[in-house]
Amino acid sequence: MTTETATLKVKRGMAQMQKQGVIMDVANVEQAKIAEAAGAVAVMALERVPSDIRTAGGVARMTDPAMIQSIMDTVTIPVMAKVRIGHFAEARILEALGVDYIDESEVLTPADDNYHIQKADYKVPFVCGCRDLGEALRRIGEGAAMLRTKGEPGTGNIVEAVRHMEKVQTQIKQVVAADPEQLMTIARDLKAPYELVQEVHAAGKLPVVNFAAGGVSTPADAALMMNLGAEGIFVGSGIFKSDNPEKFAKAIVTATAHPTDYALIAKVSSGLGNAMKGIELSTLTEAEKMANRGI
Amino acid sequence: MTQIGILALQGAFTEHARALQALGVTTTFVRTAADLTDLDGLVLPGGESTTMRKLLTRENLLAPLRQLIHQGLPTFGTCAGLVLLSQPDALNGLTGDVVRNGFGRQRESFETELTLQGLAQPFPAVFIRAPYLKTVGPDATVLAQIDHRIVAAQQANVLVTAFHPELTADTQLHAYFLKHFVTKS
Repeated sequence: MTTETATLKVKRGMAQMQKQGVIMDVANVEQAKIAEAAGAVAVMALERVPSDIRTAGGVARMTDPAMIQSIMDTVTIPVMAKVRIGHFAEARILEALGVDYIDESEVLTPADDNYHIQKADYKVPFVCGCRDLGEALRRIGEGAAMLRTKGEPGTGNIVEAVRHMEKVQTQIKQVVAADPEQLMTIARDLKAPYELVQEVHAAGKLPVVNFAAGGVSTPADAALMMNLGAEGIFVGSGIFKSDNPEKFAKAIVTATAHPTDYALIAKVSSGLGNAMKGIELSTLTEAEKMANRGI
Repeated sequence: MTQIGILALQGAFTEHARALQALGVTTTFVRTAADLTDLDGLVLPGGESTTMRKLLTRENLLAPLRQLIHQGLPTFGTCAGLVLLSQPDALNGLTGDVVRNGFGRQRESFETELTLQGLAQPFPAVFIRAPYLKTVGPDATVLAQIDHRIVAAQQANVLVTAFHPELTADTQLHAYFLKHFVTKS
């Protein structure tokens, strides 16, 4: 009997088990407990939620391992954590710590502006952000076992996540509809590995799960993204920057599990109090936009 | 025509639908109590058991599901499904002592070839943060173990695996469920 860990199936399968679930950013043990009680499928442990990273400025790095460990010791659901783009040493540290998933994330300040981490080499699976199909397939080529839209983190504004999800979905349809002899040119234009373009053409979908992230702040936002083709939701600042985190967390979980039951979503959306304030994207300079980070 | 309901609140429910449809049965997704009519069998997929449990409670599905299972509805639970079926205060469909995340964290998740009692060929078993059963009651039959940890078992109308047959192309276990639990042909 041969037993193998860290296989493609085990890494991608872990993300499949998260489908139609909500992964919540948490900055301490108390928030992790609230997320688990609300029905989160996983928590993302980080020092500050993205909107606070924007406010704080400076360089945003991997979170203190002690803080991640305290959250791993507290909840029984999977614990994810973020590393800077290209920072393979931070990734090895999180792998040694035993987190369940690593997010190579544009929310933190990039460490390498030429190369992403060679993610296939790790025992722990990775999730990465994507704005279009080319970026999605480049990340899968490096070994990402799960994808998410980038959105515009910490803004509470869903428009970028919508753009990224629609772009990926439209491009998948184009690849599926293309003739086999067109695929090499498509791969060149997308700047994507040819073999992965062939795989999307044959399967009619991405080979890994794709969640929505970046700007989800209400149950309606979650339902919108699920109906646009997201297979689950990451919520960053949207829960713990709202008036009532417990209620928002629960309501977003319900909306994600029942994305077309609008009567139910109306019920759970009623009387929630204020969502996070949010930022209109046109007020951000190009340098302030996190989605532009990464290659 | 055989109709199997698949609990579709969270997790790998579309993967189960693909496997069952390949075997020629009709599948429906169960999201509310109204979806529980005219079912010949039920599948509880892999996913996060704590999340599913909360959603089952919130949508008032726990009690009707428990009742149907106790009335004899053929039920197949994988991973999170095993957890829910063996927790006495959840679905209570199989007597056993379940250990959640019994094989460790994601880093320790693994694939292996597993020999199961009742299957002709070894099964490619995918374990993801998987649970196991420490013991089962006298009415249950153990179908497979790894190092004395029970990873597949059955009791009356209930079949459980700690791994994910929905993640592989091998349909032996879904066929076993249909043959020995649903149609009993």
